[in-house]
Amino acid sequence: MSEEHPSLSFLRAERMPHILCEGCGNGIVVNAMLEAMVELELDMEKVVFVSGIGCSSRIPGYLKFDSLHTTHGRPIAFATGIKLANPELEVIVITGDGDMASIGGNHFLHAARRNMDMLVICSNNYNYGMTGGQVSPTTPVGWKTTTSPYGNPEPPMDIARVASAAGANYVARWSTASPLQIKQAVKKALQKEGFRLVEVLTQCPTVFGRRNRLRTAVEMLRWYRENTVALHHAEELERQGVDLSAKVVVGEFADRNNPGLVRRLGLVKEERKPEKREERAEKRAEEDERLREARRRILEAIERLSTPRVRRMIELGMDVEKIEEELLK
Amino acid sequence: MSHLTGVRFLQGNIACAEGAIAAGCRFFAGYPITPSTEVAEWLAKRMPEVGGVFIQMEDEIASVSAIVGARWAGRKAMTATSGPGFSLMMETVGYAAMTETPIVIVDVQRGGPSTGQPTLPATGDVLQARFGSHGDYSIIALSPNSVQEMFDLTVEAFNLSERYRVPVMLMADEIVGHMREKVVLPEEVETFTAPLSRRGSKYHFRPAKGSLVPRMQVFGRGYGVHVTGLTHDERGYPATADPVIHTKLVRRLVDKIEKNAGRIIKVEEHLTEDAEVVLVSYGAPSRSALAAVRELRAGGIKAGMLRLITLFPFPCRRVKELAEQAELVVLEMNLGQMLREVERCARRQVHFLPKIGGELHTPEEVVRFVKKL
Repeated sequence: MSEEHPSLSFLRAERMPHILCEGCGNGIVVNAMLEAMVELELDMEKVVFVSGIGCSSRIPGYLKFDSLHTTHGRPIAFATGIKLANPELEVIVITGDGDMASIGGNHFLHAARRNMDMLVICSNNYNYGMTGGQVSPTTPVGWKTTTSPYGNPEPPMDIARVASAAGANYVARWSTASPLQIKQAVKKALQKEGFRLVEVLTQCPTVFGRRNRLRTAVEMLRWYRENTVALHHAEELERQGVDLSAKVVVGEFADRNNPGLVRRLGLVKEERKPEKREERAEKRAEEDERLREARRRILEAIERLSTPRVRRMIELGMDVEKIEEELLK
Repeated sequence: MSHLTGVRFLQGNIACAEGAIAAGCRFFAGYPITPSTEVAEWLAKRMPEVGGVFIQMEDEIASVSAIVGARWAGRKAMTATSGPGFSLMMETVGYAAMTETPIVIVDVQRGGPSTGQPTLPATGDVLQARFGSHGDYSIIALSPNSVQEMFDLTVEAFNLSERYRVPVMLMADEIVGHMREKVVLPEEVETFTAPLSRRGSKYHFRPAKGSLVPRMQVFGRGYGVHVTGLTHDERGYPATADPVIHTKLVRRLVDKIEKNAGRIIKVEEHLTEDAEVVLVSYGAPSRSALAAVRELRAGGIKAGMLRLITLFPFPCRRVKELAEQAELVVLEMNLGQMLREVERCARRQVHFLPKIGGELHTPEEVVRFVKKL
């Protein structure tokens, strides 16, 4: 039996095949994100994707949502306008390391500082994949790209720590080797207000890995698994004097509850509180009960007022609509 | 509470801000820059009063990007700047043209190039308004010459941007922006909003038969619309390597303005009927031109004046007609920008009196120039 892929209903099937390479990590990002959205039962009509230029920025073009595919580096600025103009919308920016940390660095910093309400998912693949693998602000020292053929001489930017220092409400970094954590981070982020960043270290075997002895997605994922250290472990290890400079620290870098700009501007009144799964289920059950009750009362009323023929139909267990249909015949 | 009304004594930049409110603008994003800052300052106070949103962004690139986003979220939106900021905005001008986003950009021009003369007037950005972003596209640019027009043409700019789904530039200058004059602000102004397409429609970028402008969509209403600056097909999907799709799209972006030029263009004429010399100008210098025409007429010279209210699309036909009848003298505060347009359409030699440095032409020097012809 063939089972349908759970993300399929959110994809624009008519646009397949997509432009992403074999082994690209962006598919993992998309699946984790969509799963989080489904589990939260978001109103999908109110979700708007905004993206810039780069591989990950092409993702919204394949999703069945309102989406604005903007200019290089600016999606956060466009998203700011969208969210402030209509705070009801759930604005999700999909961007990459080049788009957000390099050309869009200023917008990124200031949106975090403003605690501007949006979720930013930054797919950090350590290089400019779309243009064939050039050095980016997050390429580690010594790694080779087409524009750092002798090894990158520049220290990289730590996107997550920068966002946290700038004032973001929520910051998490995980790699595609741990999709469950990505999903959990997106879920948590979507239930908060203010600026939220989920940085995902994404494998790019095609133009980055292969220049650095990581030729396949599997090798890259293994590299992530072996070279990432969870934040709480990292703190402990550093206390013990272990050198972690060659490792990547992953985890939650900020989890605050400061008011987002939308609320500071008075555009929404209530604080955004995460609605628990049980609460939602309870609400739904109450709603269902109300409907059943209403239906029962209508049937009673019909029974009281009606002819023997209708009564018989009710006894037969016919629905209100069915009875109406019968009578209109 | 809505826009200011009645007879008032206002600064040009403030009249512009009130015009925006009157036109239905409820989102402003900007960045401080002389001599346009008063537009932002005024709207910082006024936007919350009229249920709008004001935000000072981190730069002009972000400002114009934010207003494009705001328009797709359903609010009419504007930004205001001057030369250096206008240069930074060019990237998004092309994006707005490609995505057919109705926005208004106010450029209160100052002396350039570069940071140039922040506090003094010029009109050196007018060709940038038309051609500043890369690739082929058309926009609409208007030129106010009074505080009253800072109000009226801001309203007009919004209406045109909505009608043609195009960025509209209000090309003011430091004089018009900072001058204070009497204005009469009407209780009600005519406004236009781009009509929305049918929900469920898949061809978001296909205009109806007989039209060149597709209907608009707004995010959050179930359209599922994908908007991109890449060459896209009529569904909005990227189709970057298809010469037919690209040609069709870009030709339409240009044609929707150029083929409607007759409906868009506005000029003001004085005594051109029998004129032997016609002064062609726009913005603040047109005020000196009018004074000069009166003086020349008093001195027996048959002078007239053509004022460009719409800079782009350019009133080519009218300029050609006048060139057949009279000598044309172009006055502008740059070293010959609209001059190129006038010459192109006149198809003959045109006289030129430029003025840069931050001073306005005086009527006397215009009269002297004409008398020497």
